[in-house]
Amino acid sequence: MPTATEKKIRVVVAKPGLDGHDRGAKIIARALRDAGMEVIYTGLHQTPEQIVETVIQEDADAVGLSILSGAHMTLVPRVMELLKEQGAEDVVVTLGGTIPSDDVKELKALGVAEVFTPGASTQEAVDFIRGAVRA
Amino acid sequence: MDETVQSEAGIPLSTSYGPDDLPPPESIPSPGVFPFTRGNFPDGYRGRLWTIRQYSGFGTPEESNERYRYLLDQGATGLSVAFDLPTQCGYDSDDPDVEEEVGRVGVAIDSLADFEILFDGIPLDAISTSMTINGSAAILLAFYVATGEKQGVDRAKLQGTIQNDILKEYVSRGTWIWPPRPSLRLIADTIEFCADQIPRFNAISVAGAHFRDAGATAAQEMAFTLMDGITYCEEVIGRGRMTIDQFARQVSFYFYTHGNFFEEIAKYRAGRRRWARIVRERFGAKEDRSCMFRFGVVSGGASLHAPQPHNNIVRVAYEAMASVLGGVQSMFTAAWDEPFAIPTEESATLALRTQQILAYETGVARVADPLGGSYYVEALTDAMEEKLVEIMEDLERQGGMVKGIEDGVLQRQISEQAFSIEQAVRSGERTVVGVNKFQTDEERPEVEGYELDEKGRLRQLERLAEVKRTRSAADVSATLRALAKAAAKDDENLMPHLIDCATAYCTVGEMVHVLKDEWGEFSQPVVF
Repeated sequence: MPTATEKKIRVVVAKPGLDGHDRGAKIIARALRDAGMEVIYTGLHQTPEQIVETVIQEDADAVGLSILSGAHMTLVPRVMELLKEQGAEDVVVTLGGTIPSDDVKELKALGVAEVFTPGASTQEAVDFIRGAVRA
Repeated sequence: MDETVQSEAGIPLSTSYGPDDLPPPESIPSPGVFPFTRGNFPDGYRGRLWTIRQYSGFGTPEESNERYRYLLDQGATGLSVAFDLPTQCGYDSDDPDVEEEVGRVGVAIDSLADFEILFDGIPLDAISTSMTINGSAAILLAFYVATGEKQGVDRAKLQGTIQNDILKEYVSRGTWIWPPRPSLRLIADTIEFCADQIPRFNAISVAGAHFRDAGATAAQEMAFTLMDGITYCEEVIGRGRMTIDQFARQVSFYFYTHGNFFEEIAKYRAGRRRWARIVRERFGAKEDRSCMFRFGVVSGGASLHAPQPHNNIVRVAYEAMASVLGGVQSMFTAAWDEPFAIPTEESATLALRTQQILAYETGVARVADPLGGSYYVEALTDAMEEKLVEIMEDLERQGGMVKGIEDGVLQRQISEQAFSIEQAVRSGERTVVGVNKFQTDEERPEVEGYELDEKGRLRQLERLAEVKRTRSAADVSATLRALAKAAAKDDENLMPHLIDCATAYCTVGEMVHVLKDEWGEFSQPVVF
């Protein structure tokens, strides 16, 4: 739990693309909130542009993307590019979903901080975001 | 009684059950007798086995057509079509906003030309086709009818199901297009149209499956689904053109079977009895047949896990057996690699074999409702029905399904439940073998992506361009204009217009666009 003087971590949880499976995204959002973070969930059908706009407007420390449709190799690089254009490269970007390991390597090379695949626990995500933002 | 032992849906369980736990005999008459607790048919599966139907479809119509022909050769008796997300959400493949989603989670369909290829060499009067399509269901139904016509098949001979259940999309699956009220109108149009012209086609498969996979309990899944069923029936009846007996047979249901064996069986028996009573008492059905609750299931989904993935083969087999003991009409068994990959031909075949072993080796299908009269199963069925009534009454008090969705009430209940399951698994209170107990240090399985072959996507785009080039522009604008005009009125059935548009090779995106202009788009209440 953050101390009174410590600023709460602000996280945007986002669903890029048309994939409508947000059980995981909502569970993560809830777990992050229960861990004392300020969480903004975008809802479904978000374009990379809309997500980055939310990140900027909400002055978020981190953004957690959730994609189960397989479209991550187009959507995630686009989010990274837009964050850079907005001068928001310091925002910690994580991704959750069915992501093959070759893609994980490539996405990390683009600056994605961590990728959570099926079987990962909410605690891993909470600990990671807390560590990465405070670092 | 030890109150601490409960079913997953929170029904308290005794240590054992006896004759005092049985319901009055009128609640459990013989199979085939109203209210159908023991099944719709007196001879169970002897007359007709459940339909073995495997969900598949990916990439281009050519690739999917090849997979369908393979499955039919292997003894599948029906097709189940998966569409890509642009098709489900009403975009064409050449829309720049959705380029990366084309052909990913299912087959890409833009116009009638794609359907002609999808069903090439598959006579539509000889098979039944289930289409997992909701927002754009009426449009895909129009394509199916038009394809049948091109094959020379009379409409009345078409068999199959469109999912066409928009209410659960707003809550848990996400492929909505328009707001709830005009969407309900379009669904009522398809129900009327099917009842009138394609009597063997299920115009709607009211689905609880996605509530369940989003986190709902078995009881919530069934209760929310019955409430949706009521909402659709009221929409049709409210028009004053049809009685329940004229269209009840077009309405079917669809669920997920998860792992709690007896609770799942009780869920289906209780749901079947409750629906029969609703149709008779609330809607005044005169015919017993109208009161029949016909349903399909998926065994698998969120009950499957990535760690130690071969355990999923065993899970699916138990779930499939529970479904059959519950009286299912059609079933899809998920492949063991579903949590992290699109199934391979090998894993998909194993899933099919799981059903075939159940049907032909275990003997469960030889006697109708083999568990009928079991002290425990009957008591659990009663307790489940009580729970359904409780949840449904609560929703009605809050203003019904559409209001519950617009306010985000259902969404919140389901995500609460999903979170508490997650916590129970994390704390070890709920055991999942290989996940929080009996773990091994084996690596998590490699996630396998399906890379849409770029050539396939380009071929899809080329075909769409060619369709646009070669079709009659005059027919396209005339049919789309007629569609817009009909949509502006409340009492005109849109199906004939959509079929005209389909036949003129209008695209999914063009038809959706016309209706968006008229009806607007859904704006989602965000809750978690």
